Amino acid sequence: MTPLPLVAVAGSPNAGKSALFNALTGARQKVGNYPGVTVERHSGRLTLADGRPVELVDLPGAYSLDPASPDEAVTRDVLLGKQKGERAPDALVIVVDASNLDNHLRFALQLIELGLPTIVALNMVDLAKRDGLQLDPKRLEAELGVPVIETVAVRKRGISDLQAALDDMISAPRCGVHEHAPSDLIPLQRRARDIAKAAVVSESPVRRWTHRLDGVLLHPIVGPAILAAVLFVMFQAVFAWSEVPVSWIESGIALIAQGAADVLPHGLLRSLIVDGVIGGVGAVVVFLPQILILFFFILLLEASGYMVRAAFLMDKLMHGAGLSGRAFIPLLSSFACAVPGIMATRTIDNPKDRLTTILVAPLMTCSARLPVYTLIIAAFIPDRTVGLGVGLQGLVMFGLYVTGVGGALLAALTLRRTVTKGGGGAFMMELPKYQMPQLKDVVIGLYQRALIFLKRAGTIILGTTILLWALASFPQAKPGENQIEASIAGKISSGIEVLVKPIGFNRDISLALLPAMAAREVAVSAIGTVHSIDAGDDQSANVALEDRLRGRWSLATALAFLAWFVFAPQCISTIAVTRRETNGWKWPAFMVGYLFALAYIAAGATYWTAVALGL
Amino acid sequence: MTAHFKPESISLDQLKIGARASIASIDWDALEESEACRLKHFGFDEGVVVEPLHLGPFGRDPLAIRVGRMTVAIRRSHARAVRVNIPA
Repeated sequence: MTPLPLVAVAGSPNAGKSALFNALTGARQKVGNYPGVTVERHSGRLTLADGRPVELVDLPGAYSLDPASPDEAVTRDVLLGKQKGERAPDALVIVVDASNLDNHLRFALQLIELGLPTIVALNMVDLAKRDGLQLDPKRLEAELGVPVIETVAVRKRGISDLQAALDDMISAPRCGVHEHAPSDLIPLQRRARDIAKAAVVSESPVRRWTHRLDGVLLHPIVGPAILAAVLFVMFQAVFAWSEVPVSWIESGIALIAQGAADVLPHGLLRSLIVDGVIGGVGAVVVFLPQILILFFFILLLEASGYMVRAAFLMDKLMHGAGLSGRAFIPLLSSFACAVPGIMATRTIDNPKDRLTTILVAPLMTCSARLPVYTLIIAAFIPDRTVGLGVGLQGLVMFGLYVTGVGGALLAALTLRRTVTKGGGGAFMMELPKYQMPQLKDVVIGLYQRALIFLKRAGTIILGTTILLWALASFPQAKPGENQIEASIAGKISSGIEVLVKPIGFNRDISLALLPAMAAREVAVSAIGTVHSIDAGDDQSANVALEDRLRGRWSLATALAFLAWFVFAPQCISTIAVTRRETNGWKWPAFMVGYLFALAYIAAGATYWTAVALGL
Repeated sequence: MTAHFKPESISLDQLKIGARASIASIDWDALEESEACRLKHFGFDEGVVVEPLHLGPFGRDPLAIRVGRMTVAIRRSHARAVRVNIPA
């Protein structure tokens, strides 16, 4: 079977390329990665009028064939037929923004020179009209020498014309691709400007409302205030909206676990399915609602054009930490969960900036730490005020957040001067027109994110939870013996205990650290399990976990445990997603290493300071 | 900064908000390769009219600059590499 004809959709950033791609292919898209790089490959199928299928591939937005980012390098390589894992395209759809022809025609000219069968989609003609710009597509067609089709992708206007043109083009005999010689951009740009000028019929000056909106949203005082309000709403939603679906997922998992327990005979298989697979993956999938809500907002901010404004407002502060303004939203998202935060770093052009952001993202206090913090604070920090209505417990919680942020800033500064040194760290971004986000595009984006996360949960995370289960289940305990103590996990914990004793950790903690690799909050249930088994009779099992902890742990140990959780990378989802986003095990290994080292130092310092203070 | 220093030109970061001026020269060598490439992508070129629109809230950095039909954000340090003719 010969592969389907491949049509590449290319264009400059903000030309509305993805919306056009979505309009052409619908939701039937495949998202993958190009081999060897962390650039996503979006492809979809399109059936031509005569029933022939073609494959459409949505190339990363690029300003020219001379790349300034890894994404642009992939675009160039695909177009020249040099990209590993991609066949050379048979035809090309170039998307240009009708109201930004001066700029977008430069890339279009470069692409037309390649000699592939080409159509130009003159997109967003409605917005150009709104801006008082009248264009002559026929004149443009004559200047460029290829068909020009007017489209409004978000309203599906011109899509059938585009399909018809594709039909003609793929049927026509084609000639080979020309080599691309690195071109001097400046003369090309001048030609683009001349052509754009020629294609303009009339232009009436109107005050664009993007400019007016920016007057407010980028205002030195009002702008940051609005940003803070937007973020406040986003975080409220992440926690408030996720409550109900999380409880559904929890009861769903409980139902499945119960059902499995009922049909399976008592024994190892049942334990594997119920405790290992369902329990383990369940502990991770519970985060899906928060991840999706967060992504919903990220996609909205991105599609509306506000995301780059937020980056603009925050760039100076982020620059102080050696990062770019682009890192702000990913890092902020990591306060809910580092997984979407790390996935959102794809918008950072500069590879070194992006890597640094990924490496420090787990230091933002994610929601999985809250159950751990809450338990320990409730057990050990007295519920009293320190004046002015400020509670001591809240103050400690705040301190933990601040420590995480401070740690992230210091880590970013250090990394930027050592392992992720160089690379300019430039902040150069286009501020696109504001646009109403299209529900369809947001839904497609959300669906793709959910799929990526669940695929991870289905592979690396499932594998790890089965491994953790096996470690905790073998060898089987003899009657009267504690299963955890008897298992390999128990033996490993004894080894861990030797390591963590100097930082004040006891046997409870050593036993909880290994299972908590699935997700941090599992530490709470792990500590609970150890205790209920230790307690033996039902009477003391009913005593609240906090009270029992208070009897067994010193305050210094409890504080050291809190300090540990500020830094420790106890989350296989984060490690798995870092592997995906950095395309290998090198950087996740580095991340795990430096974070555990920081956790060890922080917990040790806390413990010994507390002991010295007589706590 | 060995570019042709004409007395009638100032660097882009000194241009007032809302003032339109044409680019006199760009010191490409003061920029890293990928940065220079990006500025060209944005359409920076001698003779092109630019207009600073907004400043970042902290330390008046970065700058939002209108170039041609688009608005771009660049840091003050990069804007210094661009000389513009003083508007009449």
